[in-house]
Amino acid sequence: MAYFEDMKVGDVREFGSYTFTAENIISFAKKYDPQPFHLSEEAGKKSLFGGLCASGWHTGAACMRKIVDFNKRQLEEALARGEKPVASGPSPGFKNLKWLKPVYAGDTVTYTSEIVELRESATRPEWGIMFAKIVGVNQKGERVYEFDSSAFMPRKPK
Amino acid sequence: MDAKTARICFEDFEPGSVKSYGPRLVTREEIIEFASEFDPQPMHLDDEAANKSMLKGLSSSGWHTCALMMRMIYDGFLRESSSLGAPGVDEVRWVRPVRPNDELTIRITCLEKRDSGSRPQVGIVRFNLEMLNAKEEIVLQSSYSGFFGKRNPGTA
Repeated sequence: MAYFEDMKVGDVREFGSYTFTAENIISFAKKYDPQPFHLSEEAGKKSLFGGLCASGWHTGAACMRKIVDFNKRQLEEALARGEKPVASGPSPGFKNLKWLKPVYAGDTVTYTSEIVELRESATRPEWGIMFAKIVGVNQKGERVYEFDSSAFMPRKPK
Repeated sequence: MDAKTARICFEDFEPGSVKSYGPRLVTREEIIEFASEFDPQPMHLDDEAANKSMLKGLSSSGWHTCALMMRMIYDGFLRESSSLGAPGVDEVRWVRPVRPNDELTIRITCLEKRDSGSRPQVGIVRFNLEMLNAKEEIVLQSSYSGFFGKRNPGTA
């Protein structure tokens, strides 16, 4: 993970891909979102979605996992170069989250982001805030998911 | 659920009405289980690392808090409604950390409702949601819309 000062508006990152299966869709839905169209192929077929599809929050959680894995790889690469690693901070929230198309069992979603704004934190001088558009695209190239993220990023020590 | 049999349909939402649901206990085990699968950052997995983080102590992944919000909405009223899913979420603010053993409640205000432009049997309802802990502190605030089937399509 880079320092706030190393980031530029327009920077694009590809986090990685997550494959949704009937098993992981149903397992997530049983715990957090047991609507029928997330629990069985039969009920999915009868719904507006036309098949078993993932809870929107599963699509979001899977994206978070890909971001964490990406940051971990960045951290390990920095360590390998002999740099002192820095960790990103928490997120205050997000806006404009859209589930644009259903994510069906068997779909693979690839998550990417583009930095849209970098702002100094008004209240925390050791942190900046990164705003990024995060997007999920399925194996057919269709955008299925997007949101406007924000996260605290560490400033370079003065 | 089919709008013919659902207890709560589009027609039943009244702008301005406020409803509360819960409480839902959040355990340390489930915070760590969710984080292990979807958000394995030290601040959600390990007390020592969490104490050093900005959040100063173990807390749930924000996506776990959202998933818990979804489940509380489902248990609260969605299960007996004509819900047809949601197009997205306008905003989520993770206002305070959710800690192990927090007892969460949600307070949902119906903001507005309108017909779907393309589907006469469907309406869209917009909500504001606050999630609170046992100290009545807001931990999450969200505004979002949901699609609901109409009991009597063609009428207001």
